[in-house]
Amino acid sequence: MRQETLKRPRVGLFVTCLVDLFRPTVGFASVKLLEEAGCEVEVPMAQTCCGQPAYNSGDREDTIAIATNTIKTFEEYDYIVAPSGSCAGMLRKHYPALFKDHAWEARAAAFSAKVHELMSFLVDVMGVDAVSAAREGNVTYHDSCSGLRELGIREQPRRLLGSVLGLKLKELKDSDVCCGFGGTFCVKYPDISNKIVEEKAANIQASGADTLLAGDLGCLMNMAGKLQRQGADIEVRHVAEVLAGMDDGPAIGGGER
Amino acid sequence: MQISSPAFKTNARGALADPHLQEALGHVRSGFIDKRQKAVDALPEFDALRESARAIKDHTLAHLDLYLEAYEEKVKASGGHVHWAETAADARSVILDICRAVGARTVTKGKSMITEEIGLNEFFEKEGIRPVETDLGEYIIQLRGEHPSHIIAPAVHLTRDQVEADFRRAHNHLPPTRDLTEPASLLSEAREVLRAQYFAADVGITGANFLVAETGSSIIVTNEGNGDLTQILPRVHIVVASIEKIVPTLADASQILRVLARSATGQEMSVYTTVSTGPRRPEDPDGPDEYHVVLLDNGRSSMLGTEFQDMLRCIRCGACMNHCPIYHAVGGHAYGWVYPGPMGAVLTPSLIGVDKAGHLPNASTFCGRCEAVCPMHIPLPKMMRHWREREFARGLNPATQRYGLKAWAFFARRPRLYRLAASFAIPALSAFGGARRRFRYLPFAGGWTRHRDLPAPESRTFLQQWRDRETRKQEART
Ligand code: SF4
Repeated sequence: MRQETLKRPRVGLFVTCLVDLFRPTVGFASVKLLEEAGCEVEVPMAQTCCGQPAYNSGDREDTIAIATNTIKTFEEYDYIVAPSGSCAGMLRKHYPALFKDHAWEARAAAFSAKVHELMSFLVDVMGVDAVSAAREGNVTYHDSCSGLRELGIREQPRRLLGSVLGLKLKELKDSDVCCGFGGTFCVKYPDISNKIVEEKAANIQASGADTLLAGDLGCLMNMAGKLQRQGADIEVRHVAEVLAGMDDGPAIGGGER
Repeated sequence: MQISSPAFKTNARGALADPHLQEALGHVRSGFIDKRQKAVDALPEFDALRESARAIKDHTLAHLDLYLEAYEEKVKASGGHVHWAETAADARSVILDICRAVGARTVTKGKSMITEEIGLNEFFEKEGIRPVETDLGEYIIQLRGEHPSHIIAPAVHLTRDQVEADFRRAHNHLPPTRDLTEPASLLSEAREVLRAQYFAADVGITGANFLVAETGSSIIVTNEGNGDLTQILPRVHIVVASIEKIVPTLADASQILRVLARSATGQEMSVYTTVSTGPRRPEDPDGPDEYHVVLLDNGRSSMLGTEFQDMLRCIRCGACMNHCPIYHAVGGHAYGWVYPGPMGAVLTPSLIGVDKAGHLPNASTFCGRCEAVCPMHIPLPKMMRHWREREFARGLNPATQRYGLKAWAFFARRPRLYRLAASFAIPALSAFGGARRRFRYLPFAGGWTRHRDLPAPESRTFLQQWRDRETRKQEART
């Protein structure tokens, strides 16, 4: 028994600020999936945000301060897992660049090497290839940009979704094209962002799916907001909610019409 | 060329509301992407070729002065002339002198972005010289008094119907009943009209895809053959090229050619690849009497050794803009100067200043598709971020953005305060969302809610709930 506990990897869950503030269900779903995969999950309270809004606005000083806090908070864990390709990409790919020629360079590199996005962690690191969830219906899946292009996440969520009883995956046309969210981009250039998400919404509607899934809450809120503004009858959820069987509550932005 | 980059947002709004442009942009989405993918899939060594293309350019840039000098020697040895132009104005006056010396009235031009960069056509017209664009796309936009909206497909912002209407208006000596429905008929009509111009021209101007140090040659690639006629028929051929077009050897150029056309149009090779070395030799069947090269710097040498040096690897294939969601939405003119899309978002601030071109590197979602397809592995998003850093350091971005960011960063840097503030704000916002669980309008979130609903927070924050859960567990144990 003791032996077993020792072997369980200690995972620090970086829940991401958007999930923390807007969609706690994704956090609980992540914990459940990680525990089922045999991890011991902890959620350090000192976490805030990965720092992308500052980083992508050219504010290095604030980014470094935020990143320093993140590293301090999480470096003790065997793995750091985030339910977002964008935030995991920031922690894994951009922190090392951020701390280049900085006193924390080695520390940042050691931290970054342990960071994974949830889907790829489950499949590539923990060797999970099936979940015990069921959901009747047709879903479609959007490949968020950072996860896809920075971390190579594409097959992993599809493999796990393939094991969900009753679920049929309808591939989305241009699933690898940006949804127009882009963090602060969507409020700095709302009209351009709108044009891009309109295009995405049209493809989602044409997919014939009743549910849209993706692995990044920012993109999901953008697409959900557009679909709801258009009055489309499509549920929008984070992929972890479905995989963990925690998809019975209200969908993202999904309340009364 | 007038710079309208500071008005990017206004330009973009206009572009989004222009139905012709939106129709034409649909062809960019469908026309380039699949063809490139097919060409890439058909060549298993494509990625290896990209690596070697990158290595060739990196090596050249590290020894740029050496290769440029070697190139100059070879051009001279073959009987040509090299003119160094530090600025656009220098280049224009060198070119004017050459044209004046032969009493040029008409100048034919092959497609060249560098002559756009130095505003050559407007300059010629002021000086009483008639420039004639011979590339079909360039010819069309010259008829319309426009500028290219794409670096390899200058008229991609137009629909076929618009072009037909322009041709009927401009070529009114031709029978009005003629059939112009096929794109090929537009091309042959342009050829017909241009034929006389080739012979009337005293000077032919082309750009260069490569300058070869080993041989002193310039290389152009085209699909219409217009470049060949432009440089062979007139008495004087002027090549206008920027300094980073240099490669050491012909073998290096051929290596890069293998990724160029595939990335640009999905062709294995462009239809014409033309190598020219010096003026006509006695044994040559044709060619110009004079061969000049104008080497333009225009700010490029100051990119060397900076975080923007990698941009000088660019071979102007256009793949980055063909795959860019922003370019797809607004087209090339919105960017407000010569170079659009991701490559323009990095290059334009270097050439005209980030104070004028500041919007360009900001108008990106960092989706990374440009970098993923760039045959020269140029880290475009990273360099756009470097521009944002410079803008932030100089306080160039709008005050509202800076304050918003600072306010948010204040909390993100202080975990306790962040948790405290969120534990009050989030449940309140959640309740405010009501049964609809989303907002159609929210003060301070107008940028978001103008076009889409904002999902309301579910309930209390995750960290609040998690802490309660842990406390309950703790209590259960004790
Ligand atoms: S940046 Fe890359 S993709 Fe864009 S034009 Fe240059 S070489 Fe082509």
